[in-house]
Amino acid sequence: MNAYFWLIPILPGLAAALNGLAPKATGRMAGHLAVLAMLGSLAISSMALFAALTAGHAFQPIDIDYFTWIGVGGLNIPFGVYVDQLSLVMMMVVSFVGSVIFIYATGYMHGDPGYVRFFTYLPLFTFFMFLLVMGNSLPLLFVGWEGVGLCSYLLIGYFYDRDYAAAAGMKAFIVNRIGDFGFLLGMLLLFWYTGSLKFTGLFEAAPGVFTAGGAVITVITLLLFVGATGKSAQLPLYVWLPDAMAGPTPVSALIHAATMVTAGIYMIARLNPLFSMAPVTLLVVGTIGGLTALFAASIALVQRDSKKILAYSTVSQLGYMFLALGSGAYIAAIFHLMTHAFFKACLFLGAGSVLHAFHRDTDVDVFEAGGLRKYMPYTRATFLIATIAISGIPPLAGFWSKDEILWEAFAAGRVFLWFLGILAAFCTAFYMFRLYNLLFSGEFRGTEDQRHHLHESPAVMWLPLAVLAAFSICIGCVNMPLLGYTGFHDFLHPVFAHGAAHGAEAVEENAFLASSFLSEHMLEWIFAGISVVVAVVAILFARVFYVWFPNMPERMREAFSSIHTILFNKYYVDEMYHAGFIQTYFNGCGAANWFDNRVIIAGLNGLANTVRGLADRLRRIQTGLAPHYALGTLAGMVFLVVVFLLCY
Amino acid sequence: MLLTLILFTPLIGALLLLLVPRAFEGTHKHVALFVSLIPLALCVPMLMAFQYGQSDFQMGVLVPWIPALGVDFRLGIDGMSLILIVLTTLLTTLSIAASFRSIEKMQKEYYFFMLVLETGMLGSFMALDLFLFYLFFELLLVPMYFIIGVWGGKERVYASIKFFLYTAFGSVLLLLVMFYLYFQAWRLYGGAPSFNYVNFVNLGLDASVQRWLFVGFVLAFLIKMPLFPFHTWLPYAHTEAPTAGSVILAGVLLKTGVYGFLRFAVPIFPEAVVYFTPWLMALALIGVIYGAMVAMVQQDVKKLVAYSSVSHMGVLLAGLLAWNVQGLSGGILQMINHGLSTGGLFLVVGMIYDRRHTRDVEQFGGIAKVMPVYAAFFMIFALSSIGLPGLNGFVGEFLILAGLMGSNITATVLAATGVILGAAYLLRLYKRMMFGPITVEENRGLSDLDKREFSILLPIAIACFIIGMYPQPILKTIEPTAQQITESVKPYLSEPWYEAQAQEIHSEAETGTEH
Repeated sequence: MNAYFWLIPILPGLAAALNGLAPKATGRMAGHLAVLAMLGSLAISSMALFAALTAGHAFQPIDIDYFTWIGVGGLNIPFGVYVDQLSLVMMMVVSFVGSVIFIYATGYMHGDPGYVRFFTYLPLFTFFMFLLVMGNSLPLLFVGWEGVGLCSYLLIGYFYDRDYAAAAGMKAFIVNRIGDFGFLLGMLLLFWYTGSLKFTGLFEAAPGVFTAGGAVITVITLLLFVGATGKSAQLPLYVWLPDAMAGPTPVSALIHAATMVTAGIYMIARLNPLFSMAPVTLLVVGTIGGLTALFAASIALVQRDSKKILAYSTVSQLGYMFLALGSGAYIAAIFHLMTHAFFKACLFLGAGSVLHAFHRDTDVDVFEAGGLRKYMPYTRATFLIATIAISGIPPLAGFWSKDEILWEAFAAGRVFLWFLGILAAFCTAFYMFRLYNLLFSGEFRGTEDQRHHLHESPAVMWLPLAVLAAFSICIGCVNMPLLGYTGFHDFLHPVFAHGAAHGAEAVEENAFLASSFLSEHMLEWIFAGISVVVAVVAILFARVFYVWFPNMPERMREAFSSIHTILFNKYYVDEMYHAGFIQTYFNGCGAANWFDNRVIIAGLNGLANTVRGLADRLRRIQTGLAPHYALGTLAGMVFLVVVFLLCY
Repeated sequence: MLLTLILFTPLIGALLLLLVPRAFEGTHKHVALFVSLIPLALCVPMLMAFQYGQSDFQMGVLVPWIPALGVDFRLGIDGMSLILIVLTTLLTTLSIAASFRSIEKMQKEYYFFMLVLETGMLGSFMALDLFLFYLFFELLLVPMYFIIGVWGGKERVYASIKFFLYTAFGSVLLLLVMFYLYFQAWRLYGGAPSFNYVNFVNLGLDASVQRWLFVGFVLAFLIKMPLFPFHTWLPYAHTEAPTAGSVILAGVLLKTGVYGFLRFAVPIFPEAVVYFTPWLMALALIGVIYGAMVAMVQQDVKKLVAYSSVSHMGVLLAGLLAWNVQGLSGGILQMINHGLSTGGLFLVVGMIYDRRHTRDVEQFGGIAKVMPVYAAFFMIFALSSIGLPGLNGFVGEFLILAGLMGSNITATVLAATGVILGAAYLLRLYKRMMFGPITVEENRGLSDLDKREFSILLPIAIACFIIGMYPQPILKTIEPTAQQITESVKPYLSEPWYEAQAQEIHSEAETGTEH
């Protein structure tokens, strides 16, 4: 089995290469080729997972070096794979969700002039994504990290002849680069401290080199976290993700919701032995996550573009995952990563199905939709399921993972994080049902022409939706601590045992929890109850606002117009960045250019002109008249004679 | 023998070219291309005969030339020279092929100069006699002066004179110091005088004398690199030179500066090199950020690429100044990488110039739609320059930053900003030129790459991928050189920070066990 691991990234890589190098040959088959490759990767990943599950506790992480990629002096970076329980979960998410989305995309992108190009970039993306989650060293993870970033750039700018798409792609790349700057520095510092960049070597050396809670490990992990805020769209580097919706919808589903943006969470979970040694970093991670969760959710409350709402929702959900990581609840974070991949992919693809009905590429104003349940029953049903899942209603998947995060945050003594999380959960349920109601309930509000064209998407599109919806319902059952079943937790536990053993006491015990007369299990039930009540209330609110009293939103908007304006304009963050950083940088560039031309170049030209001017004057001595030269000779002789006489 | 053959084939070919009458105007370029292919082909036996993993000079040639002065025709190569020779022969061939359509006047003279230039570059990378090196190093100037001054753009005369004056200024000082060393060595060792550079190492010069000499000696190389603030000849020379001239300038000529620095300046003046390292580092880092910032606001595509060179060469030099194996290997590898990616960028820019006769960014936009294959190559070279993993630029950049981190953390932070800034100006350029709607009508009818252009760009792109994915053979080739340079500087360096750190941890652990 282990001998075939390299095929997992290589299969989609090959598909990308074939489609990219021989577009004419693959032509209409490009999509099928990509799907086939993905199914191959899925099959191998599944077998690997099955083997691991049957092995149980006997399972040992697999670490294979294929060849030396970069080896200079003491720096040795092999090209190889590291497969443990964490990689397996990620591989399954990528290959499964990937396969489903690929199939959907063959229908969605059908007839697009860039069909082959699309199916070059998309498998290339999965190639890098597999590299990211399977690589056995930090630099290799970074290769995948940058590679998925490249594909994201190319796919956001898929409609490159539109200015906003090209600009969004560029923005994504550059903002991510800011994060990579931190990642790179953190990685290199790690190398000089531990002498290794392989995960196994790193984890082995770390306890001996770093003092838990010390400044060094804190700085290093903070730098790495900067990288994560870029890729996983957290404050303050989240700004690229909403713009990234300029890409085709399957891209948004796969890259900008289910897989790539979770790379930051994966990275921190992978490096948990290091992060566990830095409690300050964990506090920062959790706080940023909690703030982002609420911040993005509040923006999503008032947006009008369906994909933008989902994008802010993604930012917010990723915030939950960081909140979990920051509370030391790595497994809860990965759990939420997995469930989120299913229901968010389902939501995006559902939104794509709506776009398909509207014959649009990227955006539909939700206030121009409505009543779609009549025209698109399958899309509506699956969208509703995923909406319930993300809102955290039991027994759907989202409830289990989100509740676990909130509970773990509380149990770890991070009550303020729990509070942020609950507020964000309220917003989430509200904006999601707002979106659902605006799209599917009520009457159609668009033009007659549009209404005429509304239709349910073909089976190749709604079947993937159904699959994802089914998983959104049931994937949560792999971990139901309330009911006493923790299979997922047990499976992943070995990955985090090492870090827990060597880490600092990252989180204090919750005093309330310790003193409470209630048992921990009962409290867990009570907190779950609070989450559910909050979600149900939010759903009711959404129902009241957008179904029962359709003129309510208008009145509310007028009543709270200033808040609405701020939220609708996303707190003006883009504008502030533009004025604060981009414009300043451009001014600096202009100044540098001025300096180059007006100081250095002009200065040197001035020097040259001075020399030429002096030479010009000196030239006048050369009159060409014999008497002048004779006079000069005489003067010289007199001078020499005088000198001679004076000296002797 | 092989080296002599590689070295002089272009020169002999250049002389033969003069025999082809002007009446056969069209044949000169084909003859030149054919001639340039010979040294390229001869690289294959050279690569096979080379003993990898050794730091000694190999394939030596020694013929007394001017015995009275002790000037010998002394050649020899190590791993660093080896890869630079391959780069030179490759880029010369591609540059000649790239000139087929863009050079229309006085073709005979043009290709003559191109071939003479090749000999000059190859000689610089092979010579071990300092006088011989100086000769080749100066020989470069003349053909390049004419290539810019005769076949260049509107301000070609200004640019060529500027280029000449700048580089000649440094060279004069180089010559003076060279003679000083020559007489010192003669006095020290007695016997017959010699310009063999090995004699100049370990002259036991007084530290303060060494520093003054170093300044005079190294200036020529720093100007050629170019290091801020000696860089201003570069944007003009690059912008005004014909495409092939820019490719050779960026691809190889700048590297003769780095090469001279590493081959001669460092071993001869190790103490002074270490003494000036903080100053050089500061200038290199200013260059990284300053070059990137100036590049950001250029309207002229070629000028933008030229300033990007200032930035990239700053990173490269910073890597060398780390004085450890990682940084030096990365820097040496980056010489090749920069040659490929910037050479590629200049070729790409030249190809669109051939079609539109403008270099103004505003004149483009939406080109990807009409020239998709062109767009793909442009993207590859841009990404290579940005340092995307999987392509060559990353490997060099990563090693440079890794090495630098081991010697100077602050410098690493500053150098790493190049990662962000480089992506900013190149992606912005790409977006403005290639993406968006087509705004200028003339661009609508542009034809995509023809077979000749495609076969010029393809080898560079392939090289970018190979070095990116499997750099190990090249790294193993240059590692002995890097190792040796490290050794020569090591006695004068203070202990790197991580070793002090390791000791501290070690002692902490010991006291920990005592408690």
